[in-house]
Amino acid sequence: MKLITIAGPPSSGKTAVILKLIETLKMPLGSIGVVKFDCLTSFDNLSYEAAQVPVQMGFSGKTCPDHYFVSNIEDAVQWGIESGFKLLITESAGLCNRCSPYINSIASICVIDNLSGVNTPRKIGPMLKFADIVVVTKGDIVSQAEREVFAFNIKQVNLTARIIFINGITGQGTFMLAKYLKNTLEIDTIRDMRLRFTTPAAVCSYCTGETRIGEPHQRGMLKKMEFKK
Amino acid sequence: MMTASDFMTLLNNEDLSLVIERYPITLDFLANYRLSDIATDRLLLDALMGVEDEILEEFGFEPYDLLYNLAIFLKTFSETRTTIDGVTSITINGGINKLKQPENISLTISAGEVISVVGPTGSGKSRLLNDIECLAQRDTPTRRQIMINNRSLDDTQRFEMDGKLVAQLSQNMNFVMDLTVREFLEMHAKCRLSPNVNEVVETCFSCANDLAGEKFSDDTKVTQLSGGQSRALMIADTAFMSDSPIVLIDEIENAGIDRREAILLLAKREKIIFVSTHDPLLALNADKRIIIKNGGIDRIIETSTEERQSLVLIEKLDNQLLKLRNHLRSGDLITKELINL
Ligand SMILES: Nc1ncnc2c1ncn2[C@@H]1O[C@H](COP(=O)(O)OP(=O)(O)OP(=O)(O)O)[C@@H](O)[C@H]1O
Ligand SMILES: Nc1nc2c(ncn2[C@@H]2O[C@H](COP(=O)(O)OP(=O)(O)O)[C@@H](O)[C@H]2O)c(=O)[nH]1
Ligand SMILES: [Mg+2]
Ligand SMILES: [Mg+2]
Ligand SMILES: [Zn+2]
Ligand SMILES: [Zn+2]
Repeated sequence: MKLITIAGPPSSGKTAVILKLIETLKMPLGSIGVVKFDCLTSFDNLSYEAAQVPVQMGFSGKTCPDHYFVSNIEDAVQWGIESGFKLLITESAGLCNRCSPYINSIASICVIDNLSGVNTPRKIGPMLKFADIVVVTKGDIVSQAEREVFAFNIKQVNLTARIIFINGITGQGTFMLAKYLKNTLEIDTIRDMRLRFTTPAAVCSYCTGETRIGEPHQRGMLKKMEFKK
Repeated sequence: MMTASDFMTLLNNEDLSLVIERYPITLDFLANYRLSDIATDRLLLDALMGVEDEILEEFGFEPYDLLYNLAIFLKTFSETRTTIDGVTSITINGGINKLKQPENISLTISAGEVISVVGPTGSGKSRLLNDIECLAQRDTPTRRQIMINNRSLDDTQRFEMDGKLVAQLSQNMNFVMDLTVREFLEMHAKCRLSPNVNEVVETCFSCANDLAGEKFSDDTKVTQLSGGQSRALMIADTAFMSDSPIVLIDEIENAGIDRREAILLLAKREKIIFVSTHDPLLALNADKRIIIKNGGIDRIIETSTEERQSLVLIEKLDNQLLKLRNHLRSGDLITKELINL
């Protein structure tokens, strides 16, 4: 089975791109499965089910979805293999901009959209920086110039990634993405593989349920802001 | 041509201020890593000693990694593009239509030529433009092949060109940046690493104003421009700032600009232009037109002398309509006399 991880900010077009990609791949029904990692809730299962794509949803709740991803990805792969998939795609919503769910030697795709502001690529961090492919959506509604500036800013952060423009509505551009993914690694487990980037230490008192505000309640790894006079 | 190790040598021997002076884009790199306030009167490595460890740590860097990354960064952004510079022609080799019949066509188009694409809705006009964009090599549903300078392309070359070969323009596109016209043009010029920013900005700006019905100033926010003004700015920008040798234009019928002038401008800049349109004025202004039927190229018509002559009449009709529009705009009544040709 092959594994592809896809991450990106909410509503950047991940689901749209995945569905168009699946359409372009023209593989038999049931040979591609999706696992969606999200925070609180998601309606993506409806879209996948409508396209007859087997899907599993997982909600991280109190923890960061990328931490949640790492803790569950091995089981996800197991599920994929047991279900007889040829390809498993994970979709995860990048929310904290500090984590990224990418694994060494596993195809890693970041989806961002042109509407999010030209400087956004410079702010997203590891999710963009460590991707092999950056998919840019919603180019149909902004000017050519803005697309070019956007791509330039992506390149500033990730010099080596391929940038592919995809229209999530018409699927224009998915052809090149599919071509790219042809040589994705075949795996039968991902045990002992490594993340491309460390997820941050989440060990302060607020991680473990503290809700009271103020110095006396703060414990563990803390980072304090410095307010200049 | 500077290599990464040349840049390493530079960074190891010269003060940061000199590096910035020679390669202003260094400032962007520093900003990306929250290092805008770093001391510049010394070597980068020394300056990094004065930076909180935390910052580098958060980005997963040791000082030396940062140095190396900056070297690669500078190398990447000082490369002058070569892959798409020399595109002088493209060739469309026919594939099959939706009924699997062969297209039996090979059409070569040179820089400066304008081709219109016409056909009923759903017939496959956008599909043809997509094939061009992805440089199809008989591997899309239409089995068409696109050649550049009479040569087929392997996947590596396709990937290299992907995203840079084609500039697109359509009715649905808007500006979303919160910048003034001037800031916007300067930003785009910066991304192109233009050596003479002011000059190219000035050219773009005055050209956009010539194309637009109503004039605008360079301190207007791009998001506040009218539809026509936006379109005019996009066209001028594509003509003077975009590297892409091919321009695909989808439906600019009601753009509120001088459409012929716009297309002419792009052609003069030696672009290869495809216009998907239902507008007789635009279609007949092209050198040739591709007729699409059932997903295939049915015919290619060269604009005949008769058609060119009738352009004069069509222009008259078009101006007549334009006049009516203007009367409507200014609140006049439309009288029979106004309509009489
Ligand atoms: N030769 C072909 N073989 C198979 N499918 C095709 C072929 N040509 C076009 N199609 C498919 O037909 C559909 C309609 O084509 P397309 O969207 O290009 O039409 P259009 O002319 O742009 O329509 P509109 O005027 O409404 O924009 C698309 O799904 C396209 O992929
Ligand atoms: N105009 C336009 N809309 C898009 C494009 N890609 C996605 N969308 C829309 O953006 C919205 C969010 O997309 P979705 O795939 O749900 O985003 P996700 O949260 O990242 O999975 C949906 O309404 C899509 O139809 C695109 O390329 N152009
Ligand atoms: Mg989604
Ligand atoms: Mg179309
Ligand atoms: Zn996180
Ligand atoms: Zn915490």
